[in-house]
Amino acid sequence: MMEDFILRALIGGTSVAVIAGPLGCFVVWRRMAYFGATMSHSALLGAALGIAVGADPTAGTIAVCIAIALVVVFMESGRLLASDTVMGILAHSALAYGVAAIALMPGVRVDLMGYLFGDVLAIGWGDIRVIAAIGFALGVGIVTLWRPLLSVTVDEELARVEGVRAAAARVALMLMLALLVAVGMKVVGILLIVSLLVIPPAAARMISATPEGMALKSALLAAASVALGMSLSLTADVPAGPAIVIVASLFFALLFLLRRGFDGLSARPPT
Amino acid sequence: MRNDALLRGTGLCLAYNGRQILDHVDIGVDRGEVVTVVGLNGCGKSTLVRALLGLTRVDSGAVWHRPGLRIGYTPQRMKMDPVMPMTVARFLRLGGRYDDGRLAAALDEVELNGTLHAQMSKLSGGEFNRVALARALLRDPDILVLDEPLSSVDYVGQVRLYELIESIRRRRGCGVLMVSHDLHLVISATNTVVCLNHHVCCSGRPREVIGNPEFVALFGRRLAESLALYVHQHDHSHDASGRVVSEPGDRDVRPPAPGNGGA
Repeated sequence: MMEDFILRALIGGTSVAVIAGPLGCFVVWRRMAYFGATMSHSALLGAALGIAVGADPTAGTIAVCIAIALVVVFMESGRLLASDTVMGILAHSALAYGVAAIALMPGVRVDLMGYLFGDVLAIGWGDIRVIAAIGFALGVGIVTLWRPLLSVTVDEELARVEGVRAAAARVALMLMLALLVAVGMKVVGILLIVSLLVIPPAAARMISATPEGMALKSALLAAASVALGMSLSLTADVPAGPAIVIVASLFFALLFLLRRGFDGLSARPPT
Repeated sequence: MRNDALLRGTGLCLAYNGRQILDHVDIGVDRGEVVTVVGLNGCGKSTLVRALLGLTRVDSGAVWHRPGLRIGYTPQRMKMDPVMPMTVARFLRLGGRYDDGRLAAALDEVELNGTLHAQMSKLSGGEFNRVALARALLRDPDILVLDEPLSSVDYVGQVRLYELIESIRRRRGCGVLMVSHDLHLVISATNTVVCLNHHVCCSGRPREVIGNPEFVALFGRRLAESLALYVHQHDHSHDASGRVVSEPGDRDVRPPAPGNGGA
């Protein structure tokens, strides 16, 4: 008989994973990994502000992630600094402000390690409801926006001539990433969310011929990483968040080497 | 305005960072007409196309599209990042929902059959441009807008691509608006040349334009003279067996009058 907390962790973790896979494909295709990291690093500040104003930490996280994303877009238009510099400043300052805010909050006991590295085995039914609701909304969003998002990712101007509302698609993607960071925080923690967005899609790239195939395989690999990572966590007594990421990285290494071997056998010049 | 007008830009002005990119540009494309915009790098060619497509705002002037105009567009230097797996079939379906038969027919039209399941990132530059053209054709366009369709294609490929565009125009009767910097190819396969240097230096039939003093000043006397000679040699086409075939009547290209070539 599976214990209740394992069941909850499995439901919450796989729900986040199957969304993180397809959404992460866009992060990989659009080279947004550092952008995702900037958002997630600011999540701690959001959670602290949420607690400080007596609201839900998840709501605070979503609000601050969106605000940071807007600041990135605004500062990039200044052109005096490269965007990775801008994001480096924002990501790490936001994390520092977040840690400081939590330390300064009187009388509030916050599990800092839980925020940083996730504590999937500790999520309750309340968390599950939040994850399920946001996960469902994200799933609907990804399916309905898939075509325009893909079209804009391949070539934005061509997409616009063909009638796609490119700016709206880009904003929607940003909002969806903010929501995913807010729920992903509960599973792998803010320092490891980007790994869930990047590693399964990167692994899936090795064995995919179409964008849809890559998205589907990303979802499956992410879910498998969560399930196997949790069992690794329970058997080897490793924290669950890092265990999930370790499994995902092993999937990647395996598929990368398989692909290399395959390409080597077919003796094609590297492209 | 002519009844078969497809697209017009009138008095288009656009300044960017204090520089005048477009200065009162007038341009238009009619059904069945090939209009090519030529000019040096940075003369505003691509900006003009983007303004005509509504991809960029203009400070003043007006862009008019025939109501319900269907545009087939191929952007400049488009390429497929291998980071995204993408077959030719999936790429073509990004533009709309088509069955396999229509995709095969479109690839046939650009002489690229049998590549339906190839990866886009493995195509050569010329093949890629053809696939992009097929995606534009699938929209059943009234007008094809091709921004530097010949870039990253070798010379033989350029000639064939030009012939292909011309045969599509003849078969479908659509208008074509093209940006190019290869003057020799342009001159031999265009109804109207628009020579752009932020403003329209001159426009008209190819042989009129190459004799224009502004054109000569912009591109240099040597090039203008060689182009005049080129027009003289290419005022007719050859069919597959090498016989001379005459062109439709609107292609009024005659040998230049003596002394007119570079004047």
